[in-house]
Amino acid sequence: MLRHARTWLGVLFLMALSANTSASWEVNMTPGVTEVSRSVFNLHMTIFWISVVIGAIVFGVMFWSMFMHRRSRGAVPAKFHENLTVEILWTVIPLLILVGMAIPATKTLIEIYDTDDADIDIVITGYQWRWQYNYLGEDVSFMSNLATPRDQIANQAAKGEHYLLEVDEPMVVPTGQKVRLLITAADVIHSWWVPALAVKKDAIPGFINEAWTRIDEPGIYRGQCTELCGRDHAFMPIVVDARTPEDYAAWLAEKKAAAAAEAELTSKEWTLEELMERGERVYTSTCVACHQANGEGLPPMFPGLKDSDMVLNDVAAHIDVVVNGVPGTAMAAFGKQLSEVDIAAVVTYERNAWGNDTGEVVAPIDILNFKNGQ
Amino acid sequence: MSAVIDNHHADHAHGPAKGPMRWILTTNHKDIGSMYLWFSFAMFLLGGTLAMVIRAELFQPGLQLVQPEFFNQMTTMHGLIMVFGAVMPAFVGLANWMVPLMIGAPDMALPRMNNFSFWLLPAAFGLLISTLFMEGGAPNFGWTFYAPLSTTYGPDSTTFFIFAIHLAGISSIMGAINIIATILNLRAPGMTLMKMPLFVWTWLITAFLLIAVMPVLAGVVTMMLMDIHFGTSFFNAAGGGDPVLFQHIFWFFGHPEVYIMILPAFGAVSMIIPAFSRKPLFGYTSMVYATGAIAFLSFSVWAHHMFTVGIPLTGELFFMYATMLIAVPTGVKVFNWATTMFRGSLTFEAPMLFAIAFVILFTIGGFSGLMLAIAPADFQYHDTYFVVAHFHYVLVPGAIFGIFASAYYWLPKWTGYMYDEVLAKTHFWMSFVGMNLAFFPMHFVGLAGMPRRIPDYNMMFANFNMVSSVGAFMFGATQLLFLFIVIKCVRGGKPAPAKPWDGAEGLEWTVPSPAPYHTFSTPPEVK
Repeated sequence: MLRHARTWLGVLFLMALSANTSASWEVNMTPGVTEVSRSVFNLHMTIFWISVVIGAIVFGVMFWSMFMHRRSRGAVPAKFHENLTVEILWTVIPLLILVGMAIPATKTLIEIYDTDDADIDIVITGYQWRWQYNYLGEDVSFMSNLATPRDQIANQAAKGEHYLLEVDEPMVVPTGQKVRLLITAADVIHSWWVPALAVKKDAIPGFINEAWTRIDEPGIYRGQCTELCGRDHAFMPIVVDARTPEDYAAWLAEKKAAAAAEAELTSKEWTLEELMERGERVYTSTCVACHQANGEGLPPMFPGLKDSDMVLNDVAAHIDVVVNGVPGTAMAAFGKQLSEVDIAAVVTYERNAWGNDTGEVVAPIDILNFKNGQ
Repeated sequence: MSAVIDNHHADHAHGPAKGPMRWILTTNHKDIGSMYLWFSFAMFLLGGTLAMVIRAELFQPGLQLVQPEFFNQMTTMHGLIMVFGAVMPAFVGLANWMVPLMIGAPDMALPRMNNFSFWLLPAAFGLLISTLFMEGGAPNFGWTFYAPLSTTYGPDSTTFFIFAIHLAGISSIMGAINIIATILNLRAPGMTLMKMPLFVWTWLITAFLLIAVMPVLAGVVTMMLMDIHFGTSFFNAAGGGDPVLFQHIFWFFGHPEVYIMILPAFGAVSMIIPAFSRKPLFGYTSMVYATGAIAFLSFSVWAHHMFTVGIPLTGELFFMYATMLIAVPTGVKVFNWATTMFRGSLTFEAPMLFAIAFVILFTIGGFSGLMLAIAPADFQYHDTYFVVAHFHYVLVPGAIFGIFASAYYWLPKWTGYMYDEVLAKTHFWMSFVGMNLAFFPMHFVGLAGMPRRIPDYNMMFANFNMVSSVGAFMFGATQLLFLFIVIKCVRGGKPAPAKPWDGAEGLEWTVPSPAPYHTFSTPPEVK
């Protein structure tokens, strides 16, 4: 029986080993890539070793007693049941150890809370289930969505190396500069965490929390939302792309130009095909989690759009729901999350996909007029 | 004249009533204690089944068995059922059985209320479990039910969940009042407070904690109810409310709650270790004061669950220092247990095995708790699997092993038969190995960066998750063995003497095994 159990465990172990080449047996925290993350790592290791030493002493006494003072070895129980000196000692010594531990912890905490004199400010807004990055004073703002295809999650395709830790647009920051993060949320509470930066801060509706980081090395650092935020909590990763200040400046200029071009797109004449193509992309990154790829939704929480009366007949109501959301439900207000072009495209897509075939085109300018008319 | 009447009365000393009405109408502390214990074990198996669903989904990366919305219902219901349905009622059951026997009382002070507080529980959990079958599904916002996910964004079944919590809370408060009334009023002559067995002491302190914090829980769920149905905005930022306020109130309840789930186990273990070491407990007085200190401090550490919500620096420092301070009285307890074993004459029957494992593994959970107290480091641990590992180490080998140790220790007294020692030791070793296999690797994946409450994860977490799942299945399956051992012991076996453990102390061992339906009708004399 026991031998069988062992064989099975061995088989499972081998399965685990061979299951994925990229699977790792990592057991510890990353020291990270910032001064703060290294201080945090040192605190972590210090308190860990303190625990190991205390544990070794206490468990040592227990195991010693278990082996030496067992009745089967003829141990005769002692009678003592108190000793004031010992009791005072093991109250005072741990207290001193704790004070010794509290000092460096306090120093690091003060450093973490010093958000003054930042070079760059980025407002991070958590939505169900994506992050928005808004570079303050730069007119650059974008959504960052999970880039892992749904078929990988459903095990219909091989999983990539950065499965669930990849996004369509990462947050780009320069190395060596103090980046202040102003973190908030639009619906429920989320939490923005990148282990390599040792930054974890809750994104709370109605609050703007501050954090900061200064990254030493260019690189790509990955993290995830760490506060349960509903259905797709596991599917809103964070990717930080740290570049040299020159590369960052180039990226920023490119983003500004793209934003200007995007604004121009609003006044452009769009064909149904162009809008459908763009709309499908927007739908896939933004809407599909609730309303599903086939447009049938997951009633009653997430209503279907296919053959929906509103989608087929009431354009104004349809635009209103997408722009302003439905209060008290999971339907968010996308007016500030998506550009006019994207909203027009996705509304057009929804009115023509899955056999809805209304043939109607909703142009970006219609969305702009709707917003201005509010 | 009165002597005649008394004799007459004694002739009619009655046993239990017959049929199901015995259980529905009983006011006997032993019957009610047994019902509490059976109920909590049923909830333990149900909550464990939900955990098996969670571990099966997490066996490999990708979504295999369940969808994320159902996964969230599983984590939520697992937590709620284990905390409110399994651990808390189990300790109330132990208190019902043992507190009157330990202090030489004939019954609980308020026997009718005792019956009512038990029967509220099936109602509460019937309501809670029924949400799994409702349209829109069961609560899916985690057992901590943070607003606004649980209010504005919660499923319709949230209202049922709120009423279930209300009922369970009323039951706990009544149970606590009853225990305090019993301990303070019904002790046998000569049993001063400082002569009380530690299980009685820790339960007395726990009961005060319950009375202090269960109304706070009732308050917070009522505010949720108002937000959902009556248009208030306690927790809705858009209406001028404050989502962080929810967390402050919840954890003001939640942190003492953690000690509610562990202090009675401290008490039981403090009786079991001396019994099998054949040596008096080291530092009885300091044990009592340490328990009091832990309970007192537990009211001033709640925000250490909220280090990442953006509390100001000074607040963060206060809660960090206060939390670290809890390590001192907790350390005193652990040192006392270790010293009790030192130079004893040890044997390793099932209660002792569970008690020793309790001390060692709970201490490991204490160490990770100390690490979590360091606020800057907590930014890396918070809401990861490291936290899941931490609280399972204090709750499984803490609360649950404490309950198993107690059950084996007192089963002979309850049933009149010895349990099967070989099976019990098998139960221990399977639980021990399974539990460590399940929860130790969670430290690793948490430190490597895996958030908690996710149904799917990157491949770098795959290996340890598979190990965890194997351990969890092993631990889960082993509990059916415990059910078998208990049923076997109830049905028969080697008859147990009044005092089956030679090193045991206390009034409960002065009555025959099984304990008669009515004990201590005349109070014993304690010297």
